[in-house]
Amino acid sequence: MKILNRKNILGFAAIIAFYVIVQLLINADVIDSYLQLNIVIIGINIILAVGLNLITGFTGQFSLGHAGFMCVGAYISAIVTAKLGQPFLVGIIASGLGAALVGLVIGIPTLRLKGDYLAIATLGFGEIIRILMLNIDYVGGASGFNDIPQYTNWTWLYFMVVISVLVISNFVKSYAGRACISIGEDEIASEAMGINTTFYKVLAFTIGAFFAGIAGALYANYFYFIKPDSFGFMKSIDILVTVVFGGMGSITGSVVGAALLSVISAFLQRYPELRMVIYSIVLFSIMVFLPRGLMGIKDIKLNFLKRGGSADGDSETR
Amino acid sequence: MEQFLQQLVNGISLGSIYALIALGYTMVYGIINLINFAHGDIYMIGAYVGFALTTFFHMGFVPALLLSMLVCAILGIIVEKVAYKPVRNSTRIAALITAISVSLFLEYGTMYFVKAETRTFPNVLPDVSIKLFNGVIINIRDLYIIAITILLMVVLQYIIHRTKVGKAMRAVSLDREAAQLMGVSVDKTISYTFAIGSSLAGAAGVLVGVYYNSIDPLMGMMPGIKAFVAAVLGGIGIIPGAMIGGFFLGITETMVSAYGSSLYKDAVAFAILIIVLLIKPNGLLGKNVKEKV
Repeated sequence: MKILNRKNILGFAAIIAFYVIVQLLINADVIDSYLQLNIVIIGINIILAVGLNLITGFTGQFSLGHAGFMCVGAYISAIVTAKLGQPFLVGIIASGLGAALVGLVIGIPTLRLKGDYLAIATLGFGEIIRILMLNIDYVGGASGFNDIPQYTNWTWLYFMVVISVLVISNFVKSYAGRACISIGEDEIASEAMGINTTFYKVLAFTIGAFFAGIAGALYANYFYFIKPDSFGFMKSIDILVTVVFGGMGSITGSVVGAALLSVISAFLQRYPELRMVIYSIVLFSIMVFLPRGLMGIKDIKLNFLKRGGSADGDSETR
Repeated sequence: MEQFLQQLVNGISLGSIYALIALGYTMVYGIINLINFAHGDIYMIGAYVGFALTTFFHMGFVPALLLSMLVCAILGIIVEKVAYKPVRNSTRIAALITAISVSLFLEYGTMYFVKAETRTFPNVLPDVSIKLFNGVIINIRDLYIIAITILLMVVLQYIIHRTKVGKAMRAVSLDREAAQLMGVSVDKTISYTFAIGSSLAGAAGVLVGVYYNSIDPLMGMMPGIKAFVAAVLGGIGIIPGAMIGGFFLGITETMVSAYGSSLYKDAVAFAILIIVLLIKPNGLLGKNVKEKV
């Protein structure tokens, strides 16, 4: 299959067109700063959810420490851009790599655990990262890290979201991605088929951590100010909820889920006292009435863009 | 040495609280394989009920303790019937998120009614200190906490090993379907489990209120997670494991605060958990179960 086929070119054009349209709307002040804030939150949540979906949805590894990687990324980017004065690109790359390294170091020992034990171990690591940040004075400790330059704008945000969605959706279609999916379906069977399960679990974990780091960088460089408590256990839960709400093992689901939950949460800001009560009821209803999430494991395919779109490809679900 | 003994006393008191909460976690996990995140909030409600009974109704310590245990037991049954029964056969992750939503509901629902401020628990126990040999001071409250915890644990062991309900619980946690075929009512047994576990959490709530004198709607969050850590440390689903895990965690935390830095005490708790899990993946008392295809 050629890379420059009709489907890819049209897809690329659509991506660019969407970018230009929103940028024009921002320039024309149709999208005001409140909307922009929500767009940034949605974008960051999409990156986080897509990354966690690779770990939990596709590879089936139950992680409750995803906010920890975001925390690492946010602090690395804050140090690189604010203390060392480097450009944002360096900050983003450094935070991605830093978070991936932490993910690797955490993943190698803990991914031997299974199910709830893995969940509680990753939760523990997430909390340890947060407590370390609380106690390092160089990054502000409990009072937080101030005066981070605001570099995150629509361009950075949009292309980072596009890159993470593209990388992960292509990864799950690759050889390694199929190995990860088979681990998620049945670990023992895939081990019996000769798949190096530890390697692929750690690989998925590291990639997920990498994108969480990037999300952290975007977060830090948008809100000027970060504090360790923003990356606590509840943030990890929020990301997990997004993934489950969208559908475990559906990239489209993660994108839609992140957008919808961010909108719900922004809407509930109007009722500060009852916000969390309503949120918990919404959460409960989702779990009872839509336990497989919005999309199940289906993904929207762009096959209709192919000339004479093949019928067999359209109905294919994993 | 003096300081060490003193910290040991404090650690055992704190450990008793963790152990009481961890027992509920481990019982529920043993029977329906669910991490009941709302358990920490039942403990918080127990503290509030105790607060209301002693402050507004001027009850004594023992009736307040027993009544809040009863209220928590009923609350536990309601939570199970309303929230966990519909998702009993769903995926693990759906059940977990349901538990989290119940936890948020209890936390913020309580906050809506009692407001977010910290309340001061009345002094229902005499504040008497007993000097032991070489200067170690034991407050009468420490003694109360430790004695009540041990009493409740003995009662729990009696219920589980000597009564019909306990036998049913052990049967259901071993094999739910087989137990059902033998005529055990699974629904009723699960309700009993929730009732007993929640009443222990309620007792822990009142004891904490008496011991630390202050309560707030989010007080259940961290002890909830810590107690779960304690349950996993001992081997989740194993009742003596939860007690050992609770005491171990409480003593370690107090020692870290005393000799290291109190800022790192939570990190140390989690680090110990991870190390134990890596060496003994099924907890300190857990048996190694081979996975069969």
